[in-house]
Amino acid sequence: MHGLGKFFVMQFKLYLREPLAFFFSLAYPALLLLLFGFIYGNQPAPEFWGRNFGTVDASVPAYTAIIIGTVALMGIPIDTATNRETGVLRRYRATPLQPAAYLIASIAVYLVIALLGMGLLVLTGKLVFGLRMEGSWFSILVAFILSAFSFYSVGYLIASVVPTSRIAQAVGMVIFFPMMFLSGAGLPLQLLPEGLQKVSDFLPMSYVVRLIQGLWFGDSWVDLWVPVLVLVAMLALGTLLSSRMFRWD
Amino acid sequence: MSDDMKAITVDGLRKRYGDVTAVDGVSFQVENGEIFGMVGPNGSGKTTTIECIEGLRDPDEGQIGVLGLDPWLDVYELRERTGIQLQSANLPRRMRVEEAMDVFSSFYRTSRDWQPLLEGLGLGDKRKTYFSQLSGGQQQRLFVALALINQPEIVFLDELTTGLDPRARHGIWDLMREIREQGTTVFLTSHFMDEAEQLCDRVAILDYGRIIALDTPERLVNQLGMGTRIVFQVNGGTQTGQIRGGNGSHEAAFDGAQIGVIDGVQRIELTGDKVMVYGDGSNLVSEVINSLETSGVSFHNLRTEQADLEDVFLALTGRQVGDLESPVLI
Repeated sequence: MHGLGKFFVMQFKLYLREPLAFFFSLAYPALLLLLFGFIYGNQPAPEFWGRNFGTVDASVPAYTAIIIGTVALMGIPIDTATNRETGVLRRYRATPLQPAAYLIASIAVYLVIALLGMGLLVLTGKLVFGLRMEGSWFSILVAFILSAFSFYSVGYLIASVVPTSRIAQAVGMVIFFPMMFLSGAGLPLQLLPEGLQKVSDFLPMSYVVRLIQGLWFGDSWVDLWVPVLVLVAMLALGTLLSSRMFRWD
Repeated sequence: MSDDMKAITVDGLRKRYGDVTAVDGVSFQVENGEIFGMVGPNGSGKTTTIECIEGLRDPDEGQIGVLGLDPWLDVYELRERTGIQLQSANLPRRMRVEEAMDVFSSFYRTSRDWQPLLEGLGLGDKRKTYFSQLSGGQQQRLFVALALINQPEIVFLDELTTGLDPRARHGIWDLMREIREQGTTVFLTSHFMDEAEQLCDRVAILDYGRIIALDTPERLVNQLGMGTRIVFQVNGGTQTGQIRGGNGSHEAAFDGAQIGVIDGVQRIELTGDKVMVYGDGSNLVSEVINSLETSGVSFHNLRTEQADLEDVFLALTGRQVGDLESPVLI
């Protein structure tokens, strides 16, 4: 595991040097919050949310799912497929850097990026809209890490099966965008027709929204056993499949 | 490591891709501290062979030992002690040259001071440049630097100087000779016959996945028996024809030059004002010139041509190296 720390720092710098990736994972969710925050304000609306929370309070945990989804379904497959396609992975493979070290450093970078994105979101909410939160930050951090790892394993699975970075991009977008709108991440499910709301039960991102929003509103882990179970199952399956199918060449 | 241990031993290596046999029973050994070259047309199996030895590919059949290690099983130990330049590879676009050197040296247990290495490869002023902003030749030189960063016992270079201008090529050849002097074994592939001839201590010629010749470049060329050819033009023309040399009874027919009697001359061809003298021997050229001058022959455009590895390949296969880019599939 020589050079793991240095490699992590390098990967982190490389990520920040890609303006598009930087924008979508860090700035975009905060801008979205500003936009809808100014439109709807953050007055408590128990009739809409069922509890004493406003739009911004509910959107911050929901947008967190967008951040995780962008990094997992766009960032990871596209970066990995590009590095494989252009021979960057081959170049690393010709050194003593172990594959596990490459993956650990990369996943750590994606985790830190998503955390920064969420941090920026929370900060914007607090400073601009007086964000409210009833749960524990520690629980939310744990839920965040579980959701991120679970989605990242799927991201690596996509990276393993797509032949090129272009296809990675297409597959990532096809999976991400409908899920963003139908899972309650991009907009509240209550705004969708009832039939369409049912679809969210079949979308993994819905369970990230349900878990993090639930903890945010003060629900206990016990109440949220369904999303936890779904995300743990997804993590197990994603890790198993992607570790078997991952290709360096 | 005992003195008689070879740097690399390959025995009966075979590798197939589907129906195509890329490497078809290759065996050879590389001595410690030599520059060993593998040449042949594209598709002759060079890259597959070098990648099996590097531990990047799993051979179908055969035994490979590198520094006494199995490249497939002891791959990480091998990586620590060898350096690899791949034929096609890349770095992330926005990785700077100095970052690449820094991060790659951190992968190894031991690494060398890479500043002088960059200077020596003419990349000293490119330290802050992004990889994607380097020219093809600069990228190639950076990959050579990365292959040498851990002071490897063996360095593998696949298509070492492809895409380099002549000056950069010669610079890299000098660097290779220098690291050989420092005790590193160099294993390279090339489809440039002149590169192999000038740089390598020994050369294996590959064709259709088999070694068709393996020796020092000098011996490979000498075995052809083509010797030296001296070509010049004489003022006033010649008596066109062919004269057998070797004794005094057959004199060259132009202006009394006594070339035919020179020791080592085998054959003289005259065409118009052009004279071609075939022969061998270390003093051949100076004796021919001497003889021309003493007999007062006025000549110009004198040059000598030697057989080279291209001729060896032609003689062995009946084709030029460039004739067939790859074995015909299907």
